[in-house]
Amino acid sequence: MRRLYSILIAMMLLAPAHPPRAAADDAVNPDADFKAFRDYFTKTFAKVPLDDFVNGPYSMDAELRKQWQAIDDFPPYDFAVERGKEMFATPFKNGKTYGDCFANKGIGIRQNYPYFDDNSGEIITLELALNRCREANGEAPYSYVKDEMASLTAYMAFTSRGKLFDIKIPNDPRARAAYENGKRYFYTRRGQLNFSCASCHVQNPGNHIRTEVLAPALGIVAGMPIYRSEWNGMGTMSRRLVTCNSQTRAVPLTPQDEDYRDVEYYLTFMANGLPVSGPAARP
Amino acid sequence: MRLLLVVTCLLLAAAAAARAASTQADFDAALAAAAAAEKEAGALKNQWMPTEQALAAAKKAAAAGDFDTAVAQANEAEALAKASIAQAKEQQDAWKAGVIR
Ligand code: HEC
Repeated sequence: MRRLYSILIAMMLLAPAHPPRAAADDAVNPDADFKAFRDYFTKTFAKVPLDDFVNGPYSMDAELRKQWQAIDDFPPYDFAVERGKEMFATPFKNGKTYGDCFANKGIGIRQNYPYFDDNSGEIITLELALNRCREANGEAPYSYVKDEMASLTAYMAFTSRGKLFDIKIPNDPRARAAYENGKRYFYTRRGQLNFSCASCHVQNPGNHIRTEVLAPALGIVAGMPIYRSEWNGMGTMSRRLVTCNSQTRAVPLTPQDEDYRDVEYYLTFMANGLPVSGPAARP
Repeated sequence: MRLLLVVTCLLLAAAAAARAASTQADFDAALAAAAAAEKEAGALKNQWMPTEQALAAAKKAAAAGDFDTAVAQANEAEALAKASIAQAKEQQDAWKAGVIR
């Protein structure tokens, strides 16, 4: 029996799925990637104004947009923004605040995350920075997926609305490796369904998957965190990534795993020049 | 698509392999093989949910003394884990084919 499995797997591996590529194609070139990525979306969805890509599924579906506009007078994320504001104003036990951990006291800075930290050589997302801030001040970290973390990031996004994403990839081999790893993660097929992020968010934006309209990968990070009816509450970028992995029947990674941080770095770089739209509401 | 086809073949093969009257020892061997493959998939950061489900079902059946089901589920878990390993290895280069350029 075991032999049969090996033969089947060997057959699969031998059949070349894709033509071999020249090694030169593999050089890391974020600026060229950026241009190709942007051209793809602006040409494929020529009717969508560039800044509208930050509205995720609404940019793809007029009917859905109408429903959204109907509820946006009383947005369901308001509570999270208020809660995050209170948390920002409340000192830790040591008297310091969240604001002390961030540039400009944490106001209007969401567009600069994630960034490459040249001390540690790793990617720091907003969620990671918030928990590191708590730990540095003697407080226990929060769950990455919802509740307090969603409130804090909702408030920080809210104070940054309209600011343009400005992600830097410094000329440091570690930063370029993180970028490349994020790109690899984005295009790698996984799970029993054999889907990559790109299968859904590059090849199928605007198409339905069950009742949902797929968002385009361009600007896909801009609306985080989001209120989702299906979650019956708020969810962070971490929560969204875990959910997306599960949809391919892959075992999700731990929130803020290096691969998740790197893919967020890659996608946010691709959103450079687009405005922050979060927090947002989704059906 | 090709992968799905292979997985289906593997599942059919696993089902055919399950013979009547398996023992605790058969189960132990099948589980060890499945767990080793799933561990390797974990090292590649590419485990699949159905593998985990089959492993859980195998253990549950063994605990209830149903070793035929337990062995069949463990074999299925091993086949799924091996398919996920093959996917991860194939994707180590194949991902580049999907990049927007
Ligand atoms: C099986 C299809 C599928 C795959 C594969 C998938 N997603 Fe998603 N994703 C969805 C669906 C469905 C939604 C909710 C509807 C929407 O906004 O697109 C979503 C939403 C999102 C959102 C929120 C968009 C918004 O504006 O609300 C982000 C960010 C995201 N996905 C990132 C990813 C990343 C990164 C990957 C790869 C790790 C990935 N997705 C893989 C189906 C998928």
